[in-house]
Amino acid sequence: MSNLLDLVVSGLGTGAIYALAAIGFTLLWQTSQTINFAQGEFVMLPAFLMLAVMRAGAPFWLAILIGVALSAALLGLAFKRLLVDPMLRHGVLPLAIATMALSIALKESVKTFYSAEAQPFPSIAPSGSLSIFGASVSLQSLCVFAFGVVVVVALNLFLDRTSTGRQMQAAAQNPTVARIIGIPVERMVTLTFVINAVLVALASLLVTPIYLAKFSSGETLGVAAFVAAIVGGFNQVRGALVGGLLIGVVDNLAAAYVSTQYRAAVPLALLIVVILFRPQGLMGRAEERTV
Amino acid sequence: MTRAQRLLVGAGGAVVLAALIVAPISLGRYGLYVLSQWTVMTIAAIGLNLTLGYAGQVSLAQGAFVGIGAYAAAILTSHGYPLALAIVVALALSFVVGWLLGYPALRVQHHYLAFVTLAFSTLAFLVFRNEEWLTGGIYGISGVPRPTLFGFSTNKPLPFYYVCLSGLAIVTLAFWGLVRSPWGRAFLALRENPLRAASLGVDTRRYTLMAFAIGSALGGFAGALYAPLTQFIDPTPFTLALSLNLLMMVIIGGSGFFFGPFVGAMIAVLLPEWLRFADRYYLIFYAVLVMLLLIYSPSGVLGILDRYLRSRNARAASAMRASAQAGLSDEAVR
Repeated sequence: MSNLLDLVVSGLGTGAIYALAAIGFTLLWQTSQTINFAQGEFVMLPAFLMLAVMRAGAPFWLAILIGVALSAALLGLAFKRLLVDPMLRHGVLPLAIATMALSIALKESVKTFYSAEAQPFPSIAPSGSLSIFGASVSLQSLCVFAFGVVVVVALNLFLDRTSTGRQMQAAAQNPTVARIIGIPVERMVTLTFVINAVLVALASLLVTPIYLAKFSSGETLGVAAFVAAIVGGFNQVRGALVGGLLIGVVDNLAAAYVSTQYRAAVPLALLIVVILFRPQGLMGRAEERTV
Repeated sequence: MTRAQRLLVGAGGAVVLAALIVAPISLGRYGLYVLSQWTVMTIAAIGLNLTLGYAGQVSLAQGAFVGIGAYAAAILTSHGYPLALAIVVALALSFVVGWLLGYPALRVQHHYLAFVTLAFSTLAFLVFRNEEWLTGGIYGISGVPRPTLFGFSTNKPLPFYYVCLSGLAIVTLAFWGLVRSPWGRAFLALRENPLRAASLGVDTRRYTLMAFAIGSALGGFAGALYAPLTQFIDPTPFTLALSLNLLMMVIIGGSGFFFGPFVGAMIAVLLPEWLRFADRYYLIFYAVLVMLLLIYSPSGVLGILDRYLRSRNARAASAMRASAQAGLSDEAVR
């Protein structure tokens, strides 16, 4: 029982990280039909940017700020301008393939120019454990979970309560009408790319102390973000949060109670079941079919 | 196509085929291995091109079918069964699994389908890795034998390259027949407008499943050649990365073009080898080149050719119109 609580809490911790990546993923899909196969590498890269800045002698907090800013510039603006914009009008698939190539480029660049070895990364969350109802629970996981939830709630408030957020939603739901009523759709789309870049940078900051900074760590993260986004609902920020947390917990419990060998199969089986019986996701609305 | 163009294509094909037969004789062991790999990957990509390019269903599981075929062939041939039997089993097995995997395609479309197949791909990998009694787990199956055909041993690289090339030739001919048959047209109708296809009496259910099953079977065939080619099978080549790579081949070659997979597999298999001069940067170069190509022509390499031919034809037609009009006005003046 005590073990179960610990497993759930640490699952919520990783789940919150998956959720951050998954939310960015759904934002890009909603505003520009971009399926970003490099999302996992997007989570991997900011940690290395921060490490590089620290190597140059900056303190940790400054490295975080510069890392997030660099991420917003590279993975947000540059990604949008250089890769997405020229390909957007040619349909979903070529762009998806281009992001696959981008993921190879990012992975190989980090491996070649930084290091192929896993790098330790300082944690912003306190280590140690807390005892709740007699069970010991990792403090780091709790903090990561809380941080993730705060970010998602803040994002949701931004989207629902501020003028810019509502303009973004309008631009995502119906770009043509949004343009007619004077919403700068282009700028809103760019803004979602920047938000995605900041979200992955935060996810990177949270996940790297747990799993170390490694060029190949994006592969599993990317798939987890996908699965979380789809299970939760492809067109909902809330859904991606629920999906992320669910996948994190299920993954952890599967590792403990099913088998370590088939641990990775359980979230995927969940994915297949959800797609077959509730394709709009647990929290999503059904997308209308266009004939 | 005019008669002259058709002759040109035929002559070009004959030259390429002759080159593929003659040129490798001077190649070394490694060159032959890479070229054989090109034929195998082309076969798998042709299958995916049927599913994706002709029938319009996105599959991220083609690599898993190559794996299924490879394991079937490795297990059977190392138990002493002939490769021909192994190929038949690999084809049948991938066909059936592909048919079953096609069922979700009937319920969901586009990116959802891609994710179902993505999940399947990873599940297949886990089975390859974990079912040690069958697949040898992470240690894999080594010493996969190469066949003896009509008394000739194909153990050396060159004879086995010819086995792979014949496999590719058979698949190419069969595929040529398929896409020109009523089935091929039904697949196209399915891609262009499923609703209209259904209203015209095309059994969309059956053809969707068929597109999946035949495409997957070709993946299995490629796998059955891959196993004796590498002579060692373990789970690592059959991760999701292979499925993504095959998808990339189809798109950068030109999805829906008959020769797209040939060009795409050439870029994905041979280009990294040519870029070896760039040393440890070669994969970065490769990825950047692929991105630039897709930005320049999202419909792939053959898309560039297609656009060029079409604009030339349009120019020729408008020139003809102009001269005809000039002729008319000349007569009017007269």
